[in-house]
Amino acid sequence: MSTTIVDVRGVDVELGGHRVLTDVNFHVDTGEFTGLIGSNGAGKTTLLRVMLGLIEPTRGEVRWPGNARDERRVGYVPQKVALDVDVPLRVRDFVALGDDGHRYGLHRRTRETWSRVEEMLDAVEATDLAERRIGSLSGGELQRVLMAHALVSRPELLLLDEPLANLDPGATQDIVELLARVRERQHVAILLSAHDINSLLGVMHRVIYIANAHVASGPTDEVVRPDVLSQLYGHHVDVVRVHGRVLVVTGDVTTGPVAEHPDLVVE
Amino acid sequence: MHWFLEPGLWSNDAVRTGVGVGGVVAIVSALVGLFTVMRGQSFAGHALADVATAGGAGSGVLGFSPLAGFVVGALVGAGAMEAIGVERVRQRDVATGVVLGGATGLSALFLYLITLNSSSTGSTQLILFGSLFIVSKATFFVAAVLSAVVCLALAWLGRPLLFASLSPDAANARGVAVTRVALLYTVLMAVTVGLSAIVIGSVLSTALLIGPPAAALRLGRSLSATFTTAAAFGVAAVALGVVVSYDSYYWWPSHRALPVSFCVVTLVVVELIAVNVVRRVTTRRIVETRE
Amino acid sequence: MFSSFMTNAWIVGTVVALLAGATGFFVVLRGSSFAAHAIPNGAFAGAAGATLVGITPLVGLIAFAVMAALGIGASRRHRSDVATAMALVMMLALGAAFLSLSAAYEPQVDALLFGEILGVATSSIAPVVIISLACALALAFMYRPLLFNAAAPDLASARGLNPTVLEMAFMLTLALGSALTVPVVGALLTFSLTVGPPAAARLITRRPATALVTSMLLSVVTLWASIVASYQTNLPVGFFVGTFSALVYVAARVATQRLGRRA
Repeated sequence: MSTTIVDVRGVDVELGGHRVLTDVNFHVDTGEFTGLIGSNGAGKTTLLRVMLGLIEPTRGEVRWPGNARDERRVGYVPQKVALDVDVPLRVRDFVALGDDGHRYGLHRRTRETWSRVEEMLDAVEATDLAERRIGSLSGGELQRVLMAHALVSRPELLLLDEPLANLDPGATQDIVELLARVRERQHVAILLSAHDINSLLGVMHRVIYIANAHVASGPTDEVVRPDVLSQLYGHHVDVVRVHGRVLVVTGDVTTGPVAEHPDLVVE
Repeated sequence: MHWFLEPGLWSNDAVRTGVGVGGVVAIVSALVGLFTVMRGQSFAGHALADVATAGGAGSGVLGFSPLAGFVVGALVGAGAMEAIGVERVRQRDVATGVVLGGATGLSALFLYLITLNSSSTGSTQLILFGSLFIVSKATFFVAAVLSAVVCLALAWLGRPLLFASLSPDAANARGVAVTRVALLYTVLMAVTVGLSAIVIGSVLSTALLIGPPAAALRLGRSLSATFTTAAAFGVAAVALGVVVSYDSYYWWPSHRALPVSFCVVTLVVVELIAVNVVRRVTTRRIVETRE
Repeated sequence: MFSSFMTNAWIVGTVVALLAGATGFFVVLRGSSFAAHAIPNGAFAGAAGATLVGITPLVGLIAFAVMAALGIGASRRHRSDVATAMALVMMLALGAAFLSLSAAYEPQVDALLFGEILGVATSSIAPVVIISLACALALAFMYRPLLFNAAAPDLASARGLNPTVLEMAFMLTLALGSALTVPVVGALLTFSLTVGPPAAARLITRRPATALVTSMLLSVVTLWASIVASYQTNLPVGFFVGTFSALVYVAARVATQRLGRRA
């Protein structure tokens, strides 16, 4: 039986006098794979930061039923982390900080913590990186380590900000499959933001579509439809399905059809 | 006005030379410092000042002119920082720190040797905290020429430097040799710090380099207006500082004047705080909506 | 060299060096070298002010170092390097003014700026040891959060670490430590000990705890070597502290680069 992990209710966000999000409502249930889909600058990162409590919403609230706010069990994988090359931290140490890095005080790490670190490195297929200096990793390696770091505290929900950006199609598929496996084996719900819906179609239970500062959420088939998205954008939108891929084409009479993405342009 | 401009202020030759050299140096510092602030290199600027200290103290030991010591010291420091490596921000922090720490050690040695070899007292304070009133006419002349050279060089380097400061990648793509521009700029900064060291002392020269430009930048005007404002802030601080220091001689029965450098630095800080307060009051509405 | 009047120098020097090595580890990690340079200068102004008013230097040292730390810590968001620079020069200028008003004679000034380890009084051992212990405990208490926040600030905030509180707490610890170190190695050289050995330590090892311990050891060795060299040559101890600190870093750089890939 699934229960709700996080419930976002009527959230408005204004940043610098601009309305970034309006009346956002959705929830994430245990074990679900959710895609937060929207074009660049649509407010995906803002929404994730609101969920993490890093930005206070102007109106509305983010509720974590079951857990008090400071012990909510959520792991976060940001899009990029600026790491100092010379930081004296092995990958192993960095992952362990995901468990206790926020805790003040003197306490030894138990063998149990270290074995959990190993387990998570194994889960993201990064065991061979364990002894490396954290600043020496490549972008792809660092992403896996960040996932292990987020997983080590055994979160109920893993938030990933654009983990598929700047990846070639093969690598994208690898990461999506890895995440699907992690979700299943670690019993963790996953919410990841992306600007392209297609690579997630096979694994996603629910989509949160964000456009024009509004969101629509639900099962993919119920959200990615011309009527729902047209209402979201405030003007007519076509949804085209070609060879199992979904193309969202927005546009108006004067500028002609404009696809959400350059690679999806429909002439 | 007699309560403010004490009698004899302008008839004093040392004061006239001091204000002259101080004004010139304040202008150069403001112009060069504007880029220091924009590039976030205050620490490097200050480190150069501390290396200049070692140079100034060294010149005292060897008997050269302090100005030569300050300038050469700062130039050597710039070279050392470049050699240790400044590619990444955090590493730049460490490289700057190590050079700074080493140079301070040298200053300690040279200042010790000076006190050992000469009967004159107060040389430590003179080198570290400066004194405008003992600048000779000859030094004034050399300082003025060096200042002019720095200004010309900055005018020549200005555009690529601005480009490289705002967007290094874009500048690189347009064919600006970003690292060479950075190196040339560090050299200009070193000479400026050396100059300013004879006015308010080596460790305080950072005040003229950073304070007036930071205040001018806060006003958020056009680039040329910012240059002018920064220079005006610098000159005002030096001129007023001289007056206040001169006057302070009469403030206490003990007749101990406040050091010029202290007055100049305090005025620079006051300017910066005043500008910040003005900015905060006039932009409160925007800040409120953002929060 | 180990005669009774040197005993105080050895004890206080060792304690101060251990603390500087530990604090410095976090200074380098967090990239706050500039603040670490500015705060001791605040302490210098405090000591000069105390001389002027005629109270115990330690009170002035701590009060002004804490003031400098609060000033720098509070303005961490926008152009923090400018705020640090201005706090630094203001403190130095104040110190200069205090000294010139109080007509301190030159050796006193030199001692504050460049340290006078041989002049450590027996009565100052107890406060130094106690405050050092307090600082060490504070650092141990903040160890993991400091590490986490330095490595990945965003992730640390997402886990509920308040970066402002952490920064303030660290700056205050730095200020207390600096207030102790200034009379021993001087305002201008406290910094050398805080940056050179820790920067070397992080190149040598990639394990955080090992790096911390290495940093403390290197710092102690640097200070011991400086005391010995100063005793033998009669040159100021600050000269050796500055030079040896820089040399330790350069040696570590050269060694790790020679060995190809870093540890």
